[in-house]
Amino acid sequence: MELSEHIKTANVEDVTLRRPFHPALRGTLCVTSHHLLFSNRKDEASWQLLILLKNIDAIEKRAVGSSGTITIKCKDLLVLQLEIPGMEECLNIASSIEALSSLESVTEMYPFFYRPSHLTLLGPWGLSTTEQYYKQTERLWDRWRVSKVNSDYSVCPSYPSAVIVPREVDDDKLIRSARFRQGGRFPVLSYCHHSNGMVIMRSSQPLTGANKKRCKEDELLLQAVIDGSELGYIIDLRSAQQAQQARMTGGGFESKSCYRHWKRIHRHHERGKVVQESLIKLVEACSDLSHSVDRWLSKLENSKWLSHVHSALSTAGLVVECVERDGHSVLVHGSEGTDNTLLVSSLAQIILDPASRTVTGFLCLLEREWIQAGHPFQQRCAHSAYSHARLKQECPSFLLLLDCVWQVWRQFPLALEFSEALLLRLAQEVYASNYGTFLCNSEQERCAAGVKENTHCLFQSMLKPDIEEQYLNPLYEPTDLAIWPSVHPQSLQLWTGMFLRWTEYAQNMEEAREEVWSIVKEHRERV
Amino acid sequence: MEHIRTPKVEQVKLLDRFSNKSVTGTLHLTATHLIFVESNSTSAQEIWILHHHIASVEKLSLTTSGCPLLIQCRNFRLVHFVIPRERDCHDIYSSLLRLLRPVSYDELYAFSYNPKQNDQQREEGWQLIDLAAEFERMGVPCDQWQLTDVNREYKVCKTYPRDLYVPITASKPIIVGSSKFRSKGRFPVLTYFYQEKKAAVCRCSQPLSGFSARCLEDEHMLQAISKANHNSRYIYVMDTRPKLNALANRAAGKGYENEDNYSNIRFQFVGIENIHVMRGSLQKLLEVVGTRSLSMTDYLVGLENSGWLRHIKAIMDAAIFLAKAVTVEGASVLVHCSDGWDRTAQVCALGSLLMDPYYRTIKGFMVLIEKDWISFGHKFADRCDQLNIDPKEVSPIFTQFLECVWQLTEQFPQAFEFSEWFLIQIHEHVHSCQFGNFLGNSQRQREDLQLKERTYSLWAHLLNEKQNYLNPVYSPSFAESHPVLEPSTQAYHFKFWRNMYHQYDRSMHPRQSILKHVLTLKDSNRELEGTVQALKTKLQKFGVRTSPLKPQTPPRERSIAPRPQSLILGAPLLSRKEVQQEEDEEVFGEEAREDAPASTGGERTVEGSSATENGYGEVMGSFGSKNEPGVVTLEFGVARMSC
Repeated sequence: MELSEHIKTANVEDVTLRRPFHPALRGTLCVTSHHLLFSNRKDEASWQLLILLKNIDAIEKRAVGSSGTITIKCKDLLVLQLEIPGMEECLNIASSIEALSSLESVTEMYPFFYRPSHLTLLGPWGLSTTEQYYKQTERLWDRWRVSKVNSDYSVCPSYPSAVIVPREVDDDKLIRSARFRQGGRFPVLSYCHHSNGMVIMRSSQPLTGANKKRCKEDELLLQAVIDGSELGYIIDLRSAQQAQQARMTGGGFESKSCYRHWKRIHRHHERGKVVQESLIKLVEACSDLSHSVDRWLSKLENSKWLSHVHSALSTAGLVVECVERDGHSVLVHGSEGTDNTLLVSSLAQIILDPASRTVTGFLCLLEREWIQAGHPFQQRCAHSAYSHARLKQECPSFLLLLDCVWQVWRQFPLALEFSEALLLRLAQEVYASNYGTFLCNSEQERCAAGVKENTHCLFQSMLKPDIEEQYLNPLYEPTDLAIWPSVHPQSLQLWTGMFLRWTEYAQNMEEAREEVWSIVKEHRERV
Repeated sequence: MEHIRTPKVEQVKLLDRFSNKSVTGTLHLTATHLIFVESNSTSAQEIWILHHHIASVEKLSLTTSGCPLLIQCRNFRLVHFVIPRERDCHDIYSSLLRLLRPVSYDELYAFSYNPKQNDQQREEGWQLIDLAAEFERMGVPCDQWQLTDVNREYKVCKTYPRDLYVPITASKPIIVGSSKFRSKGRFPVLTYFYQEKKAAVCRCSQPLSGFSARCLEDEHMLQAISKANHNSRYIYVMDTRPKLNALANRAAGKGYENEDNYSNIRFQFVGIENIHVMRGSLQKLLEVVGTRSLSMTDYLVGLENSGWLRHIKAIMDAAIFLAKAVTVEGASVLVHCSDGWDRTAQVCALGSLLMDPYYRTIKGFMVLIEKDWISFGHKFADRCDQLNIDPKEVSPIFTQFLECVWQLTEQFPQAFEFSEWFLIQIHEHVHSCQFGNFLGNSQRQREDLQLKERTYSLWAHLLNEKQNYLNPVYSPSFAESHPVLEPSTQAYHFKFWRNMYHQYDRSMHPRQSILKHVLTLKDSNRELEGTVQALKTKLQKFGVRTSPLKPQTPPRERSIAPRPQSLILGAPLLSRKEVQQEEDEEVFGEEAREDAPASTGGERTVEGSSATENGYGEVMGSFGSKNEPGVVTLEFGVARMSC
């Protein structure tokens, strides 16, 4: 079925648009295969609002006399209202939106059609590859190697074709270790600390099962990671009890007797549906303006969102403590190793590694630790906070990461090269984008769909000098030291720039920010 | 000094409040301070605690490592010492018990504090704030409002100042009659005049109406206030108490205005709770945030259960109501509660601050406090427990006012000339009893104590170190475009004021401060400008023309390097850091630097930022000191020059 067949009414005149902070506007509404376009040509200058249909999370329709009202709730949390004259037009538009906003086929999505004149499809896609990362990181050359054991994605469907593993472990051992890990996600290198060579590894849970299976190669692999030093830490992102229970369903954990040099620490993290429901509750609390202070605090607490932020930052801090202060290597995993694992390992890098705090470094980190590492974006970000659809595999892990990074920035406003604007842009792009970066669930799928050949890369476009400038933090002063955030609940805050951005018009804040900019600029000129 | 049995104890351990960390040092007890000096020579941290700041001392039961001594301060500092020998601990404990309960005003620090100023400087300090000039600034006296001398001898109302402003038409018999019908004689007087609409904000205490009593003079008084404003036919009477409290007061022969007896009043309850509720609320709040390894859930639930932010919002709502009535409707408003010195002061002061940009400057804020709090007799001595007379009189009323202002600074970052450190520093000194301003309960009492002759003024001290309290993004033009602030009272705007309630818990603070950084940049901008000017003059002396040395980069050059970022990231960075460090030292000066050891080189790695203290927990082993980015000094501390 052609996309256009979903469109029964393409154009409606005299539509009234209501959106936050602005007076209502009249104009023409237009539905295309990928966009909702509203244009207002009353005045000399025409004004247009273009919304990706994929950005629409939920719509509600209501009949008022002969006309209808459609409320559009976007994945970036914006809520719009359209008053459409004519009931039939209204229903047609609504059904088109419903059908077109929930396309499942990747190649029909807009990034495959987005062809701006200033971008070209030639040249490499993405910022870096595993091989390039390895080449740049001299510290790795001695003890680590790039393995192509997964080049056809058969060992681990969700890993990239190349991964970094201990030099002394050959591909055969990797294959065996992969069989012993859920989804084949055997332990691979995530980060090597510049000052002491200690590493952060990540994987999925071992499949020890009820009868405590072992895998010699998996044990050897981890032994090779710590290479003669007497201790490494396994940070298991489940409670000890949950890890025990996982054995009943074939999962499990690294037992002390088999992994003698590794000390396991359990930290409970909520996952999947629970976190998605937190987001839903939080957004609901933020959009109801009638709350008393008590009710607001109670709803904020009840959403548990800040508790997730709290645990993610605490565990990341724990990882950093192991690596930087204790001088030991760490393996991080939960169950699948595609969500909280990535969250914790990438947060730890922000805290530890000055290189990941630059704009380029941060985007490279996201590319390496989220996109190449196989965070299933398509499943996790299918819906955001408004959808009434039954939850399947949605989970705002990535949004949680952005929130945590925002918290770090709040506490170290000089240490990150990028500003809140970058985080907000990413929060938007991850749900609906012109670019192919966040499409699909893994490198394998991206390869199959031809994402790299047929779409543009978001990160590359964000790094174009004129674009990058809007994401810079004027106060940036690089520091080589670890930036340990405080994780006392009193030190963490609701990310208002994200969750209240359509509720609260932050003009005062914006002006204050500009003032800071101008002071910084003046200083630069004088110096 | 006779109360001090053991002036010095060595090998005392100071435990961190939120982690298992501790440092060892020496404890000194002086007549005015308890001082802890860390033994570690490289980062010799010092903690100075003024006796007046101590709210309670508790001796816990003996442990294997010694005898714990828990000290809770009014500025929300909590220190936990472990003293090796029980006898020493007991000596310190009993000395402190005596020292923190002064029996007369003469024992307060203000009477011994000497900042090495001569009499003339001291006098000048006291003359900085002139309330007569302030009323003149508002446009009073005028054709409708006049100064009355009825209270010159404090005969009509002991707790009011001498100089009071009343409507022209309010004759002395009316004033006296009205005062007899008001609790503590606090009859309606002017506190703020909104010139643009000729609308007045007046304050008083509750009427002694009981169930049916009325007073013609009092009714005349309100009539006079109403008549003084031609813009509005009615005046608002705001009773800032919850209705239930006001009703209960009627049984005691007090109460509220009966709308039938007063013509053209619009009566309104606002529902701010009383001092006892506020005291309890703060106590609950402090309990929650003082919990070790507090979970997010317990924190938010505790914050809610304390009711603290709800109370803050109630005060804010009342102030907004007041400001709207005056600026939008042009109506005059009479504000009262029971005695008219707690909730009334909060609402009048906060309302005026919303209406008048002047009160949002450093000087103006001092004037506001001097007017609505000090002169109108907020009972600082009782509320802040200066003489430990009655614990039931203690209440964080003024703290709440400061917090409301802070909440506003969060919503309007460019509207205030001062930063939160100004508010925190004022709070510090309200309890320090180091300056005379806040001593006693009323103007009359302050005169009896001869404070102006025997003590120093805080305002002079604060103005002296003004640069510490500046808000770098303050914009006077914002005041022009927003003369009246209209804050949002959405629940999510009311936040926990971490820097106030955790001022001394460094592990909680943001590690880098935008505020301080931008202040430094601004200072450095100014200094660079100065240097350029100085060089210019020098060159001119030598007869060299200076035109090629203009400080600004000419536009032509800028177009060559369109992205200045690269310049900043490159070479000049080092020198900028140096500049910043020099700046730090200059800004804080000799005295403040003592107070804030974290700003000196050795202490730049602050205990607060270690992992264990941040609460990640669990990893064992003892770690050496660790590198950390320069940590922000948040503690300006109290001056402690004479010991």
